[in-house]
Amino acid sequence: MALARKAYIGTSLWRGVISIAVFLVLWEIGSLSKIWIKWDTFEWLRNLLTGMGLKPAYLPWIGAVPAPTEVLQAWAKVIGDPGYWQSWYMSFFRVMAGFIAAMLVGIPFGLMLAVSRTAYGIGFPVFEVLRPIPPLAWVPASIIFWPTQEMSIAFVTFLGAFYTIVINVVGGARSIDVRYFQAARSMGSSQSDIFWRIILPGTLPSIMVGSAVGMGITWEVVVAAEMISGGGSQIGGTSGGGLGFFIWNSYVGGSYEQIVVGMISIGIAGFISSELLRTLGKRVTPWLRLR
Amino acid sequence: MSEQNPIRSSIRAGEIVARNVSKSYGAVHFSKEVVKDCSFTIERAKLTVMIGPSGCGKSTLIRLLAGFEQPTSGTLELNGQRIEGPGRDRLVLFQETALFPWMTTWDNILYGPRARGELTKETIELAEFLLQKVGLRDFRRKYPTQLSGGMQRRAELARAMINNPEVMILDEPFRGLDAMTKELMWEYYSALYEENRRTNFFVTTDIDEAIFLADRLLIMSNIPTQVRAVLEVDVPRPRKLADLVENDRSNEIKMEALAILHEEAMKSFSRGSKAAADFVDAYSKRVAKG
Repeated sequence: MALARKAYIGTSLWRGVISIAVFLVLWEIGSLSKIWIKWDTFEWLRNLLTGMGLKPAYLPWIGAVPAPTEVLQAWAKVIGDPGYWQSWYMSFFRVMAGFIAAMLVGIPFGLMLAVSRTAYGIGFPVFEVLRPIPPLAWVPASIIFWPTQEMSIAFVTFLGAFYTIVINVVGGARSIDVRYFQAARSMGSSQSDIFWRIILPGTLPSIMVGSAVGMGITWEVVVAAEMISGGGSQIGGTSGGGLGFFIWNSYVGGSYEQIVVGMISIGIAGFISSELLRTLGKRVTPWLRLR
Repeated sequence: MSEQNPIRSSIRAGEIVARNVSKSYGAVHFSKEVVKDCSFTIERAKLTVMIGPSGCGKSTLIRLLAGFEQPTSGTLELNGQRIEGPGRDRLVLFQETALFPWMTTWDNILYGPRARGELTKETIELAEFLLQKVGLRDFRRKYPTQLSGGMQRRAELARAMINNPEVMILDEPFRGLDAMTKELMWEYYSALYEENRRTNFFVTTDIDEAIFLADRLLIMSNIPTQVRAVLEVDVPRPRKLADLVENDRSNEIKMEALAILHEEAMKSFSRGSKAAADFVDAYSKRVAKG
């Protein structure tokens, strides 16, 4: 059993490694095709397309994307640059600040909506009207409202996770089986005892799910906010702008390899955050992994 | 048994009297009567089993007894006091497990004492005793999902008994267990009952379960629920599973109960119930054979 499990993990690890390797090779080939394929040999295709009223320059071609080897070289260059790590730090800091704030506000708020009918009646309609507004639509308003750019980015990040967490908390708390409440009541539980020992642990799995989704949204939002706002220029100039600004800056500066470096960095950063969250989730909901 | 039983000394057995209890759901003109004019007594320190066709309103009756709902008319009294809400004097074991999945067996058992702030040395000893009684000593740190169906039911019995209720109410607690586990649970449960003799009210649709466990058997009619007959199951205790087949008195009571249930099923059969059709079919085959 243990052996089979180990073999299985081994197999799935190899599958992952191979799939990434194949992806990189295909990407490299696609990118290098700009050297191998002479444009002149495709003169007829170009004429054909022009004849059809299409401009060949408007068609996408993987040859325009930097190859993984070039990206790696660019990465090796920036990896020693403190500005690059400052970007990591800034984005991580903003994500964590917004995310933790969203948890601190969202979990109690969601529980309150779930527990109290009055709170639900008052709070939920407002919440439901505000929820469909995409966090990025808040960027201009929050730049006007918050005194510093840093605060406005943090606020927009906060919104990204907040709605998801609240919705999951409300749904999770409401779907707790009524038998648990009945059992608790007939064993003499008080209202506060039911809250702390039934509602809260019963909602924890949904809180973790909401947080995982919220974490993903937070990364999406922070990168976009950094691009839009120019990355909080008071803090350390261009290098203090976070990974979103790092990408934007590379684009403006014409360093296409660095764009991809930035993108992959965000992918890795998001993966690390999700992994941290999963570890935390396993710790606070030990009964879930034992099925 | 050499070990002292810490439960027996503190048992207070209650008695529940239901008088003309009715319960209907829905608005006045569209209301559906589920329980109709039900009168019965759950006698002190006896194991009363209620049996009736499935979907006949037994679970509604249990919610009324537990105090989660109030009857539309009539009264329910525990020791002469009117039942007005849920209380620790009546504990309910539900059809499916209601163990809290986020607590270990041990924490589940101690839920009641903790909730009431009664976590004393005696309670912990009692929990230890009960844990051993239900054979879950090695599973105290396991979560409910790590226990088998039978273990879950036993953990739940322990969780209920530590609260020392005056009446234990069990709503088809062994439903869904496989036949072997079910019989094992009957033996566990009846041994616990024989040792402690508290008032037990057990609801089931399984005739063998009913005969094996009951001191008194209440046979219910089809919906709306009414008490159709009361049989005293005067088979001596402790009982053995073999009694179900070999004991003539057991078989006599079983045939009598089946005849009444058959009559009930016929009535609902004529009203177009499919479940009843199954029962009538099964019954006529059984009678033809034996």
